[in-house]
Amino acid sequence: MSRATSQPTSPDDVTALPRVIRPYGDQTGDGMVQVSFTLPMPNGKRAEGAALQLAGKMGIEPAIVVHHKSIGDGFTFFVVYGSVKHLVEPGLVEVVEREFPLLSGKEINAAIKRRLHRKLVVVGACIGTDAHTVGIDAILNIKGFAGEKGLEYYREIRVVNLGAQVLVPDLVERAREEKADAVLVSQVVTQRDAHIHNTQAMSAAFREAFPAGEVPLLVVGGPRFEEGSQDALGVDRIFGRGTTPGEVASYLVHALVPRHDQAQA
Amino acid sequence: MRIANQHTTVSVERATLRLAGLAGADHERVPWVNHLVDAVREGAGLEHGVTLPVWDALRRGAAPDLLTLAQMASSRSVDFRVPEGKDATAAARQSRTAVARGIRTIDAQRATRDRLIKRHGDPKQRPWVYLIVATGDIYHDIPQAQEAAREGADVIAVIRSTGQSLLDYVPEGATREGYAGTYATQENFRLMRAALDETSKEVGRYIRLTNYASGLCMPEIAALAGLERLDMMLNDSMYGILFRDINPIRTFVDQRFSRQVHARAGIIINTGEDNYLTTSDAVEAAHTVTVSQLLNEYFAKEAGLEDWQLGLGHAFEINPDLPDSFRMELAHALLARTLFPDAPLKWMPPTKHMTGDVFRGNLLDGFFNLAGALTGQSILLVGMMTEAVVTPWISDRDIALQNVRYVLGAAGGLTEDFHPPRDGFIQTRARQVLSEAIDLLQEINDEPGKAPLLEAIADGTFGEMKRPATAGKGLDGVVVRAAGYDNPAITLLENGQTR
Repeated sequence: MSRATSQPTSPDDVTALPRVIRPYGDQTGDGMVQVSFTLPMPNGKRAEGAALQLAGKMGIEPAIVVHHKSIGDGFTFFVVYGSVKHLVEPGLVEVVEREFPLLSGKEINAAIKRRLHRKLVVVGACIGTDAHTVGIDAILNIKGFAGEKGLEYYREIRVVNLGAQVLVPDLVERAREEKADAVLVSQVVTQRDAHIHNTQAMSAAFREAFPAGEVPLLVVGGPRFEEGSQDALGVDRIFGRGTTPGEVASYLVHALVPRHDQAQA
Repeated sequence: MRIANQHTTVSVERATLRLAGLAGADHERVPWVNHLVDAVREGAGLEHGVTLPVWDALRRGAAPDLLTLAQMASSRSVDFRVPEGKDATAAARQSRTAVARGIRTIDAQRATRDRLIKRHGDPKQRPWVYLIVATGDIYHDIPQAQEAAREGADVIAVIRSTGQSLLDYVPEGATREGYAGTYATQENFRLMRAALDETSKEVGRYIRLTNYASGLCMPEIAALAGLERLDMMLNDSMYGILFRDINPIRTFVDQRFSRQVHARAGIIINTGEDNYLTTSDAVEAAHTVTVSQLLNEYFAKEAGLEDWQLGLGHAFEINPDLPDSFRMELAHALLARTLFPDAPLKWMPPTKHMTGDVFRGNLLDGFFNLAGALTGQSILLVGMMTEAVVTPWISDRDIALQNVRYVLGAAGGLTEDFHPPRDGFIQTRARQVLSEAIDLLQEINDEPGKAPLLEAIADGTFGEMKRPATAGKGLDGVVVRAAGYDNPAITLLENGQTR
């Protein structure tokens, strides 16, 4: 719970960054990278040459094939080391900063109690065919994740975890019954973009079922969502790999608990 | 067990019809067994089983054969009734003749397996190397499975599409679209088994095939597995209840029937204890694995499975950042090995603590393999260093198998040298887990009420999930048996008869 203080929230000072850098092997500026890949061709001189050709097109030059091995019929696995000629300009990187402060468990409970005057209701589920509850459980179950307790642990949050393979209409219905403030959906399976289709279907269903302005806060989590794609998905916030329950709870407070009387609290 | 004998389910009845030879589906891919069971349920109820009304209708000349009857029943143009007296005796006799043909097919497949194992041989080493394929397309699964066998896999598991456990029907035909897995269908089973028979001949050892008898259609899939000579089936007594929220009574009834089929078919079951450790802490909850293994063993033996068929599960899921994590893994693995000396234990790789750091993941998998070798595990599920990143690439599988080959080659015999001292860390830890397991069993036994295990499941003892007996998916498919209930499949399986 001490993460709030240990994590700097101020953005990097862009002017203090070097203008260009290159990957680092063992000397500044050597540009060394290591890549591995498989080509669909039998092992041999031609395959090795093909691997070098690919490396060259990736900007790795000179490159050395340090390992090539036949894996199955007509496939060769390569490990390539080499110096990449591209330059990296750290100052041009766009960073999505966390738009909310990280709060401790105590602060979260206190904020909800004093400013919302009731428990905050969270309904969570894995939707569609996705049966992987690892993500939603890590955030919701008391057990938690990365040493942080899950949302169930927060005295002022009421959690309804519907588990795996919940149908979207059931989720909408349950959210209505429980008067959910927020709906948390986890999507792990990404084959054929299942995570995107499921999420879009879910957000569309909520917007259809609730009058505008009364839709619960829609939050989706999973390892493969693209940062910044919340609008395309129709949700309020995306959380990626490694998100902890404390971050989600802090966000819920930021998004759902009115702040105008903060001074009084 | 009383629960299993007092109820039947739509899936048990459908499995019985499948054994009697009813296969196929309508143009919307709804299986004929579903149509027929639904029609009988509407017309006469399932309390006496599906076979009495069905063979009574056939005797009355409602249709010339079972398939036509099912087709007619799908448009509700057959009147079903529960026959009585002589009619009931005759219907029971004829249904038994039909179902016995399916049972004899299962017997013949078991004999074929025995013959092929004799011809091609078992894997030379223990543990057997168990590898998963999961492309979603059976025609892609096949070459991948064959290639994996050439690279050293002894057991191929075709993981199912994630949606399948909650489908209340078994899809039909060869399938090419699935999410994170391939649908379990009779045709997919047949295609893959035929391909692996070819590969067995080529590599000179019998390659075993695994699928999943779980979810709402557990009994039917077990029957199809027996008919198509699958060799291992995932089949846990509590997994569906805890992780799929399937009704506990439905699960226990379905599970008993499916295990009776597995026992008859000579199929090795794989239980799912590894799953508890993905939701609970692997150190704190170690004893729940032991308790679940003991429960799985009890239910399995009760259904007629023998020790050599009990692939009880356990897993390498302790947080690697904990001090002595590997020593604790060894303690837990050795405890399972010692408690079930004759069971082909299934040792499952790390998943929960695998990250995007694939290099560390490969090391962790190496230690997992070593623990399996040291403690003499029987079936080793190959861990992928990209567990947390992608569905395995061809190179991931190759690297993983190389890891297994190295460890088994370098240290496979170490199990004979590995005897941790009685007062050392490993034995002490194993004793502690065992005593916690005994305490938990005592606690379950002391639960008030009629069915202590159901109540323990209801209040969240396993995997920290609460599953009451009156809720969950598939409850509407549970039927209380009447006094005159007849199921020729269960009779034949229980008595070991062939006719």
